[in-house]
Amino acid sequence: MEAASLLAALELVAGGGAGLSPEKRAVLGSSLLLLQRDYRFERVWFWGCIQGVRGAYYIAEGLGPDRAAPRSRLYSLNCVEWSLLPPATKEMVAQAEQLKGRFQGDPSFEYEYTEINAEDSIVVCTPMIKEEARLVATIEQIDRAVGIIPRGAFVKTPLGSVHENRNFEGLSLTEAKKLSSYFHFTEPVNLKNKTLLEKADLDPSTDFLDSLEHDIPQGSWTVQLEKGGTVVVLRSLLWLGLTFYHVPMTKQYGYIYFGSGEKNLDLPFMM
Amino acid sequence: MAKPPGEPPPQAVLRGEGQERDLGEHLRRADSPDRPEPPQWGPGQPPFEGFEPEREPRQPQQSEPAPASYRYRGVRRGSQPQEPDQDPSQLQDRRGSVGQTRAPGEAPYQWHSPFQHLSDPRGAEQASSKLQVPEISISQRDVLGQDSDQAPEARQSMYQSYALGLDPYQTQEPKPAYQTHVAGEDPYQADECRRGPYQPHEPGYGLYQSGYSPYNDQIPDPKSRMLAIQNAKAYLLKSSTISGLNLYDHLASVLTKILDEQPTNAVDIIENISKDVKWAQFQKKMDTLRDEHEILPTFEAAEKRKSLFLTANGEGDEELEEEIGETPLPNVMETAFYFEQAGIGLSKDESYHIFLALKKLISVQPIQVCRFWGKILGLEMNYIIAEVQYHEGEEEEETEEEEVIEEGGKGMDEVEDEDEEKEKEDEPPKSTYKPPPVIPEEENGTGANKYVYFVCNEPGKPWVKLPPVTPAQIVCARKIKKFFTGRLDAPVVSFPPFPGNEANYLRAQIARISAGTQVSPIGFYQFVEEEGDEEEEGGGGRDTCEENPDFQPLSVAEMVDSLSTWVHHVQSILKQGRCVWFNPFQKSEEEEEEEEEEEKAEEPDELQQETGPPLLTPLSEDEGIQNIPAWTAQPSTNLIPQHAVAVLQSNRWPGAYAFASGKKFDNIYFGWGHKYSPENHTPALPPPVQAEYPSEPEITETRDPTLEEELAFKAAKEAALAAAEEEEDEEDVEEDEEEDD
Repeated sequence: MEAASLLAALELVAGGGAGLSPEKRAVLGSSLLLLQRDYRFERVWFWGCIQGVRGAYYIAEGLGPDRAAPRSRLYSLNCVEWSLLPPATKEMVAQAEQLKGRFQGDPSFEYEYTEINAEDSIVVCTPMIKEEARLVATIEQIDRAVGIIPRGAFVKTPLGSVHENRNFEGLSLTEAKKLSSYFHFTEPVNLKNKTLLEKADLDPSTDFLDSLEHDIPQGSWTVQLEKGGTVVVLRSLLWLGLTFYHVPMTKQYGYIYFGSGEKNLDLPFMM
Repeated sequence: MAKPPGEPPPQAVLRGEGQERDLGEHLRRADSPDRPEPPQWGPGQPPFEGFEPEREPRQPQQSEPAPASYRYRGVRRGSQPQEPDQDPSQLQDRRGSVGQTRAPGEAPYQWHSPFQHLSDPRGAEQASSKLQVPEISISQRDVLGQDSDQAPEARQSMYQSYALGLDPYQTQEPKPAYQTHVAGEDPYQADECRRGPYQPHEPGYGLYQSGYSPYNDQIPDPKSRMLAIQNAKAYLLKSSTISGLNLYDHLASVLTKILDEQPTNAVDIIENISKDVKWAQFQKKMDTLRDEHEILPTFEAAEKRKSLFLTANGEGDEELEEEIGETPLPNVMETAFYFEQAGIGLSKDESYHIFLALKKLISVQPIQVCRFWGKILGLEMNYIIAEVQYHEGEEEEETEEEEVIEEGGKGMDEVEDEDEEKEKEDEPPKSTYKPPPVIPEEENGTGANKYVYFVCNEPGKPWVKLPPVTPAQIVCARKIKKFFTGRLDAPVVSFPPFPGNEANYLRAQIARISAGTQVSPIGFYQFVEEEGDEEEEGGGGRDTCEENPDFQPLSVAEMVDSLSTWVHHVQSILKQGRCVWFNPFQKSEEEEEEEEEEEKAEEPDELQQETGPPLLTPLSEDEGIQNIPAWTAQPSTNLIPQHAVAVLQSNRWPGAYAFASGKKFDNIYFGWGHKYSPENHTPALPPPVQAEYPSEPEITETRDPTLEEELAFKAAKEAALAAAEEEEDEEDVEEDEEEDD
């Protein structure tokens, strides 16, 4: 969620019981601003935090002029000093997917994992994965799987770059309750597979992303009206801890993650 | 509305009257934009009519409305294909006739108007006081003054005079007035200057600054003017590099929209109209159906919450006296404050609503102890949970209810038994399955049913009491992992099948979470002294504890450093699903197996102490999951350790927290109601399929004899008959007969 409106937004997503302490809120108010200055980001999003057993990682994302371009990610253990994370590679993500269990809260912690060779049986070479790499991969996974925006909040220009839609005035309440009004803010995967008939209704400037409608498994989101029906809150069941909020008919929207950084693989049994 | 007082100079009024008929005509023709000549102003009028206050300050600036009306026409045409050709000439036309001091393009007029608005009232005052503004300007203001107070006719006449004053085709009269404006410290001129930013962009602007008469119908240099207009238009038509739109089209569609919809007070909402027009291009109307009118749920919810405040006020007077004494109402806000220090908790207003809802609950139910237990998230709705303890006498009612239920269950069993007895006569294969003995649930006020739980979906909605939990439910709840839906009556579809609906599942999970995560600083509770005899049995028998009046709080650093400073103050639930072990084999000494209790069955007299940790066990005894410790303790802040709060976070039940600060402590749960498991959830496999019948020689199929065997048999038989002495062969004969069948 936008760093600028962090405080107001935290109140709106507090329905899940997670939030930031007054100390963290205060320090984020200034440190994110400095982050924006030092790294020359156009926008800074506070992404959320991943709870480790011994400590938490606070994560911020910096956006450049093209909002859909890969974002710079930074983490901090105390919200004061931020370190830039390397961009996630496919390898990292693949390795991190095999790790189980909680984060430790120590970026230099090393996980051992057994690499399974496809050809013969298990070849137990145990390369170490640093927790930092796992962190990068997990953030990437979460952003890719459940980082969402309301429809129309961003537009794609004819030149291909993506900008905030200055004319976005929020979804209507009816629309806000539908999953089809929300998009994954990442490279579309299913869009190309749509039939011509389905594409006919799409507006290329706004509908350039995948909607949540056909997420697998079906029902991996909960949509609730909270605060007396004034805020629409979406919670991901696949990545428990990810909360998205949108106040209908306003520009206020955003998502934040407060969780342990583990995917809920039991989801099919739980619905 | 501040209206400048004054009398309408007769001329203006007269003129106005004189033109009245004409205006009416214009108004009537409001929808015929194609008409040439002055009547075209008609379309421009209606917005003004509903709009006196805005109009008033604008009045002194006589030239203003005229361009506007022209613009309307222009725009209407603008939507037609041949427009571009027409337009420049129109512009020119207008400029030549009216606004010579104005900028060349259309756009400047538009941009201009807000400034005029701002400056107008003051400008108008100035104009009337300082300058001797003849005739029109004063008269118009005056007429306006009248008009807004008085009759529409007056307004009409005013419009007329206005229009008249402006209309270059009809009269040149306003010229002197206007010129004084121009010459003097006219607000209008000030506007021109203030328009600064746009000036450089207006090609040919300079042409109009060298003082020639603005009311000169003759165009001094038609060619350069034409060029300027084209330049201006070209500028407006330039499309944006970001959105690909151009201002010209946008203005055209804005004005089209305004004229189509004719909103009242259009000038007030012009920014929004412009925004709407832009937004509309992102909203495709997929069908022609009209959207259903939205009934906002906001109001309904607000109504519900309002009721919380109302009852609080209404009963406040009566309750005040009671509340001076001891109230079971917990200070939710204070607890919320401490948890907030650790970044846990709901928003403040939600906490307050819960606070009020608890108060309401207490006022309705005879409650002795009450606590905000936490919140469990669901798919459709969430549960807000209150943990209460009734006054002594009140529990009995419930126990009766339960007994009724239990009896009902037993009754069912008996009926089944009878059925079985009847069926015995027909001798179907008898089932050897004997159900494991039912473990009775714990009585209210003890064990897992020590507290009663009330839930509601939102503060303000009615509280619903959860049924007491049975051991079977707890045992089954451990084997399943399901999301809550938020509806208490929803079925729990799971394997193994859960005995009960979501209310029971919720209650079972609450019992498990409470047992696992309700902790307090060591020394806060102590055992009740009188239970010495039970202690002999094995220490764990003590199942109650009370507050220690001499509790000495530990420092936060100590609380954080060692988990042994925290103890469980809720009994752990045994595998059996009860807190106090119940020996199902005490009465019936059958030695049936119940896997979990097998070892204990051997020594049925010794009670549960070997299974559950006793009450007030330090947390350091808790097992972690694999290499993850069961608890994480942290101070709420490292910056101000003097005032930090010790915060404990459960890793076994993510979402369960505890804080301790001085003598204060509390537990709370916010989450989905599931236990953490590093491994994936593996639902229990269904039991292996039972054999249909026991395999015995009677049932096994025999092989058909072959021809040779038969022949051999026959031969043997004949031989036997011939011999007729060997009795042993008789059986074979019988068999043979059977086989022949």
